[in-house]
Amino acid sequence: MADLSQTPGGQRRLPVPRWLKKTAGTVLTVAVTLLGLLFVTFMIGRVMPIDPVLAVIGERATQAQYNEVFRELGLDKPLIAQFAIYVNDVLHGDFGTSIRTGQQVSEDIARVFPATLELATLGTLIGVFIGVPLGVLAAVFRGRWIDQLARLVGLVGYSMPIFWLGLVGLLIFYGILGWVAGPGRLGVFYQGLVPTRTGLLLVDSLIAGDWTVFKDAFSHIILPASLLGYFSLAYISRMTRSFMLEQLNSEYITTARVKGLSEWTVIWRHAFRNIRIQLITVIALAYANLLEGSVLTEIIFAWPGIGQYITTSLLANDMNSVLGGTVVIGTIFVALNIFSDLLYRFFDPRAK
Amino acid sequence: MTSLLDVENLRVTFPTRSGSFEAVRGISFSLGRERLGIVGESGSGKSMTGRAILKLIRKPGIVTADRMQMGGTDLLTASEREMRRIRGRHASMIMQDPKFSLNPVMTVGSQITEALLTHEKLSRAEARKRAVAMLDAVAIRDPERVMSLYPHEVSGGMGQRIMIAMMLIPNPEILIADEPTSALDVSVQLQVLEIMDKLVTDRGMGLIFISHDLNLVSNFCDRILIMYAGRIVEVCQAGKLHEAKHPYTIGLLNSVPDLEHPRPRLDALQRDPAWREAPSVSALT
Repeated sequence: MADLSQTPGGQRRLPVPRWLKKTAGTVLTVAVTLLGLLFVTFMIGRVMPIDPVLAVIGERATQAQYNEVFRELGLDKPLIAQFAIYVNDVLHGDFGTSIRTGQQVSEDIARVFPATLELATLGTLIGVFIGVPLGVLAAVFRGRWIDQLARLVGLVGYSMPIFWLGLVGLLIFYGILGWVAGPGRLGVFYQGLVPTRTGLLLVDSLIAGDWTVFKDAFSHIILPASLLGYFSLAYISRMTRSFMLEQLNSEYITTARVKGLSEWTVIWRHAFRNIRIQLITVIALAYANLLEGSVLTEIIFAWPGIGQYITTSLLANDMNSVLGGTVVIGTIFVALNIFSDLLYRFFDPRAK
Repeated sequence: MTSLLDVENLRVTFPTRSGSFEAVRGISFSLGRERLGIVGESGSGKSMTGRAILKLIRKPGIVTADRMQMGGTDLLTASEREMRRIRGRHASMIMQDPKFSLNPVMTVGSQITEALLTHEKLSRAEARKRAVAMLDAVAIRDPERVMSLYPHEVSGGMGQRIMIAMMLIPNPEILIADEPTSALDVSVQLQVLEIMDKLVTDRGMGLIFISHDLNLVSNFCDRILIMYAGRIVEVCQAGKLHEAKHPYTIGLLNSVPDLEHPRPRLDALQRDPAWREAPSVSALT
């Protein structure tokens, strides 16, 4: 027994340098990716045909005022120095001031991002909890009605414009049936009733124990979240179906059947375990897509999220906000990728 | 000899757009507590025969027969539920390549205990103990450690011994081995075969050994069926293979090189279209 417990321990001690190397590699990759992201956003800010000085002082300022602001913004320095300053600022969480709102961009984003996070999370949950079982069933009953249904759902999800579905959804469920609340995150009577802790209204109202606010917030979020959920469901169920079909045709599934296992066990314990790894990537991508802030959905539902924030800022020539928002979204993308990488290592014994 | 399995006029048919294709075309055989070899080239229907016995032919394949009896059970009328009780518990199957036939994301231990727990009410600890003992029986050193390994961490020969352990742990009476050594290195083939042979003989099981290797089968089995184009063309006692009469069997024997009598050129098999249409030879005992 003593001998046995030593063997795995001894084995585990050896790969430590490799594990360290891997972590260091990941950190380096992330650093390079983020630096590249900053460089791209920085360059976008410089090549846009928007004069940042004019955006601050307006059209009627004198040449002297113009020159002063030009120096204040550091535009007289060489480009590389400007970039260094920009990176340093961003690393300190400083994205500059928003011209439109007059506030720090970081504060603005902290305010609008939870709205998008809440919507995207709920949407992804809907997409996963319906899309995955639907995809599995479609693969198991290939060619039967459930498979056709999944295909139809996917086809509609891929081909319908989201703004159209959003408007029709509002018309039917809000306008005609009155089952859900209209645009916005919260009814006007419920504003400011619960203290902001996480910025996620559903969570905040639960923490405060205020059920009426929770119900109202839920009634507001459920339609846009279902809509986004439907679009990620279409994608997730298609991918799940094709992953499952691949697994169900493999030899180890025959082995499982030879053992006399029930079909349920064969599908969920054997086949599904093998697609978890691929599925994680798909779900992470779908989630990242929604976190970007689905501009159209947020505009139709007057959802004060990051998609709407960036769009409005762009239309107002407010480049600091646009770039800040872009950097935040890019960072989230990278973070989600690393996270799914880590989950990979956890779920796939071959990756350890 | 009491028979474990009787099959009469077994057919496996796949409907296609241009008519139906018969992979197995009306074969009859029985299996006692013996080692029955099924030999034939690729596409002769030998693997399909193995899978048809367990009713594991994939859709849209159809299995028909006049009789298919395993012990007291009529396999033809057995429901899927009854078939699940038979699979593993009464008849089991080992496939070609352990790289593909073991689940890559489950540990060896959980796959073996699963096979046992499906058919017997046992505590996990008890099942684990039996699994370790079974791994020991297939000559795996340090079975406790191997229990917690994943399939990619074991070699091919070890993987196939794990398969054998997994398939024999619920004590089935019939084992179907579908080319169990074809994917293995030549150096471990014999070792795996010997382990399988010993377990099958000790337990008084019936073995159906499917292979394309005539020499291997003749050394290893008691009785041999030679299949061609979905039919049985000849039945031989293993020791009397040299007395085989069918030209296909003789052709197969002649196409194997012999170290003691080297020939400059091996014979190519000349096929006679009449073989295809000749009635299947019955291998019922």
